[in-house]
Amino acid sequence: MRDVCVVGVGMSQWGEVWRKSLRQLFVDAALEAINNSGVDRLDSLYVGCMSSGLFVGQEHVGALMADYLGMPGLPALRVESACASGGLAVRQAFIEVACGMSEIIMAAGVEKMTDCSGSDATFALATAADQEYEVFHGATFPGLYAMMAHAHMDEYGTTREMLSAVSVKNHKNGAKNPAAQYPFEVTPEQVAKSVMIADPLRILDCSPITDGAAAVIVTTEEVAKKLGKPYIKVLGSGAATDYMQLAQRDDMTTIKAATLAAGRALKMAGKTIKDVQFAEVHDCFTIAEIVLLESIGLYEPGKAGPATLAGETALDGKFPVNSSGGLKSKGHPVGATGVAQVVEVYKQLTGQAENGRQISGSPKIGMTQNMGGSGASSVVHIMEVA
Amino acid sequence: MTMFSSRNWREYPQRYRLEASKFKKSGKAYLPPRSVDPKTGDTEFETVRLPDTGKIVTYTIIRTAPSQWGDEAPYAVAITELVDGTRLMGQVTDCDVEAVKIGMEVRIEFRRVQSEGHHGVLSYGYKFVPKWY
Amino acid sequence: MAGIVGYGAHLPRHRIKVEEIAKVWGADAPSYKRGLMLREKSVPPPDMDTITLSVEAAKNALKRAGNVDPVDIGAIYIGSESHPYAVKPSGTTVAEAIGATPDIHCADYEFACKAGSEAMYVCLNHVSAGAMPYALAIAADTSQGAPSDALEFSAAAGAAAFIMGKDNLVAECLYTHSYMTDMPDFWRREHEFYPQHGGRFTGEEAYFAHTKGATNAVLKKAGMKAKDFTYAVFHQPNGKFPQKVAFDLGFTQEQIDPGWLAPTLGNTYSGASPIGLTATLDVAQPGDLIMMCSYGSGAGSDAFVWKVTERINEVRDKAVRTRKLLEENLIYVDYGTYAKFRHKIRKND
Repeated sequence: MRDVCVVGVGMSQWGEVWRKSLRQLFVDAALEAINNSGVDRLDSLYVGCMSSGLFVGQEHVGALMADYLGMPGLPALRVESACASGGLAVRQAFIEVACGMSEIIMAAGVEKMTDCSGSDATFALATAADQEYEVFHGATFPGLYAMMAHAHMDEYGTTREMLSAVSVKNHKNGAKNPAAQYPFEVTPEQVAKSVMIADPLRILDCSPITDGAAAVIVTTEEVAKKLGKPYIKVLGSGAATDYMQLAQRDDMTTIKAATLAAGRALKMAGKTIKDVQFAEVHDCFTIAEIVLLESIGLYEPGKAGPATLAGETALDGKFPVNSSGGLKSKGHPVGATGVAQVVEVYKQLTGQAENGRQISGSPKIGMTQNMGGSGASSVVHIMEVA
Repeated sequence: MTMFSSRNWREYPQRYRLEASKFKKSGKAYLPPRSVDPKTGDTEFETVRLPDTGKIVTYTIIRTAPSQWGDEAPYAVAITELVDGTRLMGQVTDCDVEAVKIGMEVRIEFRRVQSEGHHGVLSYGYKFVPKWY
Repeated sequence: MAGIVGYGAHLPRHRIKVEEIAKVWGADAPSYKRGLMLREKSVPPPDMDTITLSVEAAKNALKRAGNVDPVDIGAIYIGSESHPYAVKPSGTTVAEAIGATPDIHCADYEFACKAGSEAMYVCLNHVSAGAMPYALAIAADTSQGAPSDALEFSAAAGAAAFIMGKDNLVAECLYTHSYMTDMPDFWRREHEFYPQHGGRFTGEEAYFAHTKGATNAVLKKAGMKAKDFTYAVFHQPNGKFPQKVAFDLGFTQEQIDPGWLAPTLGNTYSGASPIGLTATLDVAQPGDLIMMCSYGSGAGSDAFVWKVTERINEVRDKAVRTRKLLEENLIYVDYGTYAKFRHKIRKND
């Protein structure tokens, strides 16, 4: 396999972007990535997008985006794995470059979630769960993670304060991110008193509904060097799935798909979790970040909550998690999230994180962990400074 | 937005009678039935009816509910471990939501789970009630 | 001789007190309680309906029936005035839920509050005629009472199920009589949500005349008198009517007590006398004679003479007793919750 690099990134506006359509959001991010990378062509395009059909009635998204990027004729594919769509689009690009089939590939993600009613959006998001055996019975997305939270709290004594600490930290980071949907801080009291969505998760435990797109240019090290722009190496890619029904998982307090995906990515990279210095992790809900830090092997089961409360995962902590603000503060346009995680790691590794968000000490190795639904799919990438 | 007729009808044996597939090698049962045992790769199974009592292993209280359950919110959704070890997700009913606890003993009762507005099909299935007899 | 092989009932957990309804409409609760001899009634939550109540009652009947394989049930009839569908019998879902399909006859019955006893009447006759080994009759309702109407105090929910057969009986049916005339005492037009009724006209010429007509006819057929019976169960739209008709016919309070559920259950419409019968069977002894007479507006009454067998002792506790469902583990609701549960609040859909 060839070495694979990321050489340019782009983000559209993230938030309730009334003036931009699905295709325009993509184009904004894509053009920024192309400009930042200096590439003059693409060999193929992967677009992560979970539910454009349900949100805006649009399928056939690969072709649509190639068309509006001004490149009709480009091979293009829409990748779907619920909220892991973006990360898997990156993985597909990695594979196509690594195997030698193509040289320059764009991996992008986009989601337009505000053109439909709140309940239609909730319905669309719920298609990531088991329709007949979870959603049929009234389980919502917050509900599934809330069940995971109760199980984790019962097993390990994880507390309300620990959940709040995740939200507080991510908002603090997001307040420094010009691309964030909610660039403001929150206090533990605000989180703990915010309206209850599904016990024990409150609205400030939950990532928002967001319009947005992100794009990265994936290429060989040879091309990256020739372009003369900052680039990073993608050392490893790992993906996995798990039982769809939360009730059928071996252990509801861990996300096995993330464990497997991280293990596979680290193995390919020839690294262990101890070599990783920071990560973007899929905090769709505060409990998810806690469970995931344990699932990827960074903390022992039950220990990620106390560690978060103690500040170990803060921007200036031992292992910064979600320096971008995470899904909670940055936003979660479903198909774009996995790609935006790579954008953040790229910025951190190339020293380009804005507004005082840069992790100090020149980190060398970062990880992105992206996940679909309640953890039935996950994809992890390990990246290193060039 | 949803079209329930055939999709719902297909699940009747599972929703009405809890018919599951129990694999010969592992003895593990799955609802809905599976063709392949994910633990062993075994494809030989018999159809069994799951038991109708168990204990709650986790739950939540849905306060922001999808429109089909507007009249029932807040409602509790739980994962119950039935007495044979099979786990199942469903609503908890006939119970103050605040009283739902991990470890609570429950029984399965046949209830109306959803209705498709005023004209659509009624969907029935299992819910959990506190076991008091 | 045909009779009951297995019986069972199911009731909601929720209740609402007369005072709670009275205060919303400015009615005088003590007068209603006295006049109707009613203190509270059962309330079905949004996930309970005639079909779900029928399934649970049928499962209890199967528990008491011993080794009756549901596929041997030749017919399922559900009598109700609150079938969830106007077109699509409740019986199809119930039969599917208990595993009795596909070789089974099904029809839904309607005749105001005697739809349930009709189902029982027809099932007994199928079995007597030798057409099938078992037939399942279910009486179930979740009827609506119009807000502020007198009937709102009593309209309640519940179900009773009876597997009729020829062998292993819990109670033999010795005699039946059905008495019916065209009577505009209470009705509901197609597409209307609430019923209409003739107020005091629903008394003497309606409930009393038909109940007495059927009961006296069956007593004559049987060559029996009221005092020959251990127990009696009459249709119970409230606590007062069944007590009065019982006394008028020569029955005593002791005879009607075990099956007299309306004071705390309310009027379960098609379920009323059938559920009363299950509560009576729960305490009856072998050899006891039970008089049961239903009443349905429109109007008619079905009367049955039951003789309890030895088998009652083996089976009565194979399923939950009706009194336990009536009296234990109750959840009281306020009028707002009641109105929400019963879809009386106009919503934007």
